[in-house]
Parts: sequence; C-alpha cells; structure tokens
Amino acid sequence: MSRAGFSETRSASGQPELLLTGRWTLRALAEPGTTAAAWQNRLRELGRRDAVSWNCLDIEALDSVGALLLWRSWGRKLPGLLLMRPEHRHIFERIAAAEREPAAVVPPRSPFEGLIVLGAGVLSVIRQLRDFVALLGQLALDLLHLLRHPGDLPAREISANIYKSGMRAMPVTALVGLLIGIALSYLSSLQLRQFGADIFIVNLLGLSIIRELGPVLVAVLVAGRSGSAMTAQLGVMRVTEEIDALATMGVSSSLRLVLPKVVALAVVTPLLVLWATALALLGGMLAADIQLGIGVGYFIETLPKVVPVVNLWIGLAKGAVFGLAIALIACHFGLRVKPNTESLSANTTAAVVTAITVVIFIDAMFAIALRNVGLPRL
Amino acid sequence: MTTTPPVVAISDLSTRLGEVWIHRHLNLDIAAGELVALVGGSGSGKTTLLRQMVGLLTPTQGTIRLFGEPLFGGGVVRERALRQRFGVLFQQGALFSALTVFDNIAFPLRELRCFDATTIRDLVMLKLEMVELLPQHALLLPAELSGGMVKRVALARALALEPELLLLDEPTAGLDPDRSAGFVRLIRRLGDELGLTVLLVTHDVATLAALTTHVAVLADQHILAYGTLDEVRQFDHPFIRNFFPPQR
Repeated sequence: MSRAGFSETRSASGQPELLLTGRWTLRALAEPGTTAAAWQNRLRELGRRDAVSWNCLDIEALDSVGALLLWRSWGRKLPGLLLMRPEHRHIFERIAAAEREPAAVVPPRSPFEGLIVLGAGVLSVIRQLRDFVALLGQLALDLLHLLRHPGDLPAREISANIYKSGMRAMPVTALVGLLIGIALSYLSSLQLRQFGADIFIVNLLGLSIIRELGPVLVAVLVAGRSGSAMTAQLGVMRVTEEIDALATMGVSSSLRLVLPKVVALAVVTPLLVLWATALALLGGMLAADIQLGIGVGYFIETLPKVVPVVNLWIGLAKGAVFGLAIALIACHFGLRVKPNTESLSANTTAAVVTAITVVIFIDAMFAIALRNVGLPRL
Repeated sequence: MTTTPPVVAISDLSTRLGEVWIHRHLNLDIAAGELVALVGGSGSGKTTLLRQMVGLLTPTQGTIRLFGEPLFGGGVVRERALRQRFGVLFQQGALFSALTVFDNIAFPLRELRCFDATTIRDLVMLKLEMVELLPQHALLLPAELSGGMVKRVALARALALEPELLLLDEPTAGLDPDRSAGFVRLIRRLGDELGLTVLLVTHDVATLAALTTHVAVLADQHILAYGTLDEVRQFDHPFIRNFFPPQR
C-alpha cells in the first residue's frame, strides 16, 4: 500500500504545481509517525506560497478523511487551480454540503448556573420523596386489593424471592457471622482478662451480637446482595420495556414485581438475622473456649440468664424493618432507571448507599427508643 | 483483479451449537465491490454466520478470512487493524446508550488517537450529513431517537473508520416500508460512493431486489446458491421457490 505523498513540480506551462500521489485514506494517514495536523500544516504552507496548481489526478484512493485534510489545508474551499477526477470531486461537494448545514444551537450558559444546579438538586430530592410516598401508597392500595381478591396474591413470586434472597444468602451470612463472632470474642477476651472479668464475655457477646451486630450485619449484606439485584432487575426491565408490556396486559407492576420483593425481604431478613446471630454466637463461643477456657456448656447455660430474651425480639423486629426498608428503597430506585446504562449504574449505586444509610439511621432510632428495654442492670 | 483475494472467504465452515449442527461444510467467497444479500429461513444461522465473520463467535471447524487475512492471531495490533477495515450495523443499532449521537460516532475516531478535536468534529458532521441527519441531532441521546434515526446513527458509526467492508444485520427490520426504502437507497448510494463491499442479512425481498448485486441463499446448513438474483431464481429448491415467488 503506497502512502500518501506529494512533490513539487512544474506543469507543462511552467507553473508551480503540487502533485499528490498515493493513498489519501484514513488507514494510510493514521500510520504511526504521521499526524494529521502535521500534514495539514505542511500542505497549507505550500499552498499559500503563490498561485500553485494542485494536481490530484494521481491519487490512488481518497476517502473523506483524506479529503477533509486537503479541504482544511485549502482553507475550506476548492483552490482556483485544481485538477481532480470527478469521483473525487464528489467527496468535496459532500464536505461543502455538510458545512452549509447550520450548526447545532447549544443553549447559552445562564449566569445563575450554580443556583439552577442547586435548585434542580432540591427539586430532585422533593420529587424522589414524592415518588417514594406514591410507591408506598400504591403498595397500600395493592394490599387492600389483595384483601378483597386473595386469589391475586403473587404467591409464586413471593416464594421465588424468599428463595433467592433468603436461601441463597445463607452461606455468605453464615460465614460473615461466624468470622465476626470469632473476631469480636478474641479481641474482647484479651481486654476482659486484664480485669479478671473473663466470665463477662457471655454478657458482652450475647448483648452486642443479638441486639445490635446481627441485625445490622445482615442488613448490610442483604442491601448489597439482594437490594442491588432488585434495583438492577427492575432497571433492566424498564430499559427493555418489560414493565410497559406488563402494564398493557393489565398486570400491575407494583403488585407483581414490587410487593413480592418487599414481602419476601420483610419475611426473610429476620430469619437471616436469627441464622447469622446463631453462627456469630457459635464463633464467639468457640473463641472464648480456646482463649479464656470458658466452656461451651457454661456459655449456653449463662446466656439466657444475662441477656433477657426481649433482646432477641428486638433483633428480629429490627431485621423485619430493615428488610422492608431495603426492598422499598431498591424498588424505588429500580423504577427510576432511564433507558441508558449510565442511569442503571447510578441508580443501583444510589439504592445500595441509601439502603445502608437508612438502615443505620433506623438502627439509631431503635437504640434511642428502646434504651430502657432489655438492658440488664448489674 | 485476479491477484486481489476475495474480501470475504469462508471455506469448509461448520458450526455446532449444543447438539445441533447449524452450518456444515459451508463455502462462500465475496469479491470486492459486490453487494451481497444473505437470505435464509428463520433459525438457519444467518446471524450466527455474520457474527462469525466479525469474530464474535468462532466456528467449530473451517476458516474465515477477511481481505485474505485470518481473523485471529498475530497479536492485538494486527487484529485491531483488521477490525478497523470493516464496519458492522447491528440489528438494534447497538448505540452506546450513555453517549450522545456525536460521541457515538466520534468514539471509533477517538480510539485511533491521531486526530485533534476539530478534525473529529468535522468528520462526525460529515458522517451525519452522509446519513442525512442534521447537526442538531448530534446532541441527542440514543433513547431520544426514533427507530429509523437509530439505524442511521449506527450506520454513521459503522462508516466512521472508512471501512472497506460493511456488514448489516437486518438493516430494514422495524422500519416502515417508506423508511425502509429510504434506508436502502441510502446504503446503495453510500456503497457506490465509497466503493464499499456490502453484506447484508435480510428477509425483505424488496430490499434485496433494490440493493444487491448478488444473493447468497443459506439453507440446509450450507450456501445453497450464490449468484445474481436472476441466477438464484433459476435454482430449483423448495426454499427458493417459496422465498422468491415465481412472478412478481
């Protein structure tokens, strides 16, 4: 493949002439070592000298990139003295036509840009809240509908969601619970031994894991695992118009898609809390046995005495509320996805971040509201 | 012309998906400058063949050579250079949904890293003009385009790197007959103007008659007939009798 080139000659009549040869195509011009800008500057200089005639008859191949390069070195017009094949001239006609099109109008920047951005942000938060309330209202209406028409209960979807976000989450919650229990027990026992307060490991582990760590840990895992999956699923269904397809079949998307997810997470999160709490206590127990010599039997015997059972109920209630919040937030963001990939990723991120933040916020409210309940006084 | 290898050379290609043989001992050569329509029944493996030609799928057996070169091997640089010599128009357009029309068309040009911003802007505007779109369309997002405009933008993107071979998967699917005819005229005009070799997969006999110089019929797991439309019509086979009604 011969590269693009040019040489200065004199035509038959003795005029200075630029003879263009080779391939003036994207692939030839984009070869390493040449840049389009360098070519253009050299050509422009040569063309500016005096009445140069351009001989383009020997060009082997010309595409729009090569043509554009020449066009710009000619100052965006055909030069006065030009020899060119008709099929090549056609390309330049097209370039000229493209330039005659009026340029796209970009709206000018407003001097109140900052204010507008701030206002748009506030309005967007208000709109989000309004949409969220609308979602809650729709779910309430769906529940009323279900009371009157129990046959419409999406039982299969609920069961599928329980399996997906409950059963399938058991291994990971078990592993994380066990490891957290071991880590917590190990670190605490080192401190407790310094005070000779070894046996308080049971109180410490029991209260912290059952009341606080179990529910929050599970909620964070569920938000990251099931919450993101729910947002992504609803989002893709928005993108592929599946939700619209459901609506045209007279199937309520909130009843068939949102409600099963909300119900499933509200049911399954407390169970996961129970499961993770049990394994965290097991891990803590084993570590206490190894580190402090507190036997498993003693641990199990003492635990109900020092940790009132109401703490377990608080933990499970927290789990249900957390599950409810995570599912609602995930579905809210999933239904806001616009049909492009950027929006999908932004909404999935927002769903997980918001869900975890809200979970911790609710947890703080629980801690304040129930500060007099279930804490044994020594 | 005998020295130039065919633009597409498929020899003895067989494909198995799961337990099913899609293609068996399939051969096809497409010479430079031809406008070829690949026709065949639903599920006959047209799109699979197209995806194999552009290197998205690998055949179970056999070879595909584009411009006389194999699709795979020889390092990243050679493979990329070969892929820049053909453009693909996907059935749904496959525009990058997060990028504007302008950025979609500019994307392959920017990947070359040898043009400045002004050149890229001029080239994108030129491509838009080629596919009969207006400069203000450059600011839109793919979600804001109609079906016909998506196809045009996708065509402009496929043409951005000045390909020698253009592969089109169902270019007129989802367009009304009027738009469809317009799009076919556009492809034909650009094919003539840019000297492209074009291969398109289609169901639409009107498209095929208006656009192509050659027809390849894919049936019974191989290329049943390859030739001009009139030559193919002469071929006696149930599929061809059904696909091309005897008298128009």
